Amino acid sequence: MVPLPHLMALSAAIFAIGVLGFLTRRNILVMFMSVELMLNAVNLAFVALGSRLGTMDGQVIVFFVMTVAAAEATVGLAIIISIFRGRETVQADDLTMLKW
Amino acid sequence: MLQSVIFYALAAGTIASAAAVAFSRNIVYSTFALLGAFMGVVGIYILLAADFVAMVQLLVYVGGILVLTIFAVMLTQGIGDVTISNRAVGSVPALVTVAIAGAVMLYAIAHTRWHQAALHAAAPTTYGIGNAFLGDYVLPFEVASLVLLAALIGAIVISRHEARE
Repeated sequence: MVPLPHLMALSAAIFAIGVLGFLTRRNILVMFMSVELMLNAVNLAFVALGSRLGTMDGQVIVFFVMTVAAAEATVGLAIIISIFRGRETVQADDLTMLKW
Repeated sequence: MLQSVIFYALAAGTIASAAAVAFSRNIVYSTFALLGAFMGVVGIYILLAADFVAMVQLLVYVGGILVLTIFAVMLTQGIGDVTISNRAVGSVPALVTVAIAGAVMLYAIAHTRWHQAALHAAAPTTYGIGNAFLGDYVLPFEVASLVLLAALIGAIVISRHEARE
């Protein structure tokens, strides 16, 4: 029986690593992977809380988060491929065409 | 006892993989470390008796999102310059932000009186999940399928080559 605070601490640790990766990396692909890590951390918290609460709701919400993650992955990667095809770069610092 | 040992081993592996994703200088190593992070989370789902979620995580994240990410990395990065293509900037402000957010999260985790339900034997979860999807959650379930369809069409439209006349 794993104590719930330890599960939540694991989730918080993965989330914090994801935030750190998103803030420090300048490659869009790595920023994207960091977002996936954060989504996974939140899913973990949902499943842990749901299993301790004895209801199915936590696991059901995880499926909706996964749906959004899958949609984000397909569209996000399509945008990255499209940007790379036009500008030959995936560095966030080089993509300033919307900056005035 | 055995459960605790497995949990801490999985947790250590997951955190190490996640750290490799976020901090590795080589983007190819980052991508493959993501596999370790996803698989660690799968193991913890199984430990929590969430069998269906674990299998869907395996299919969607490892089988779908990870393969798609590897494709994107291989298509956008020249393999020759991977080691210099993943630089980090602004580490100090990011560290301060994450330290504050992490302290708040750990404080909240440590000071909440968590509800602890009575333990019941691990049972298959598919029955309850199916009932929830077609009962209380039927509207979000249908909207999710629309979101997926829109994402599918959007990805095709965005990433295809424009036909030149």
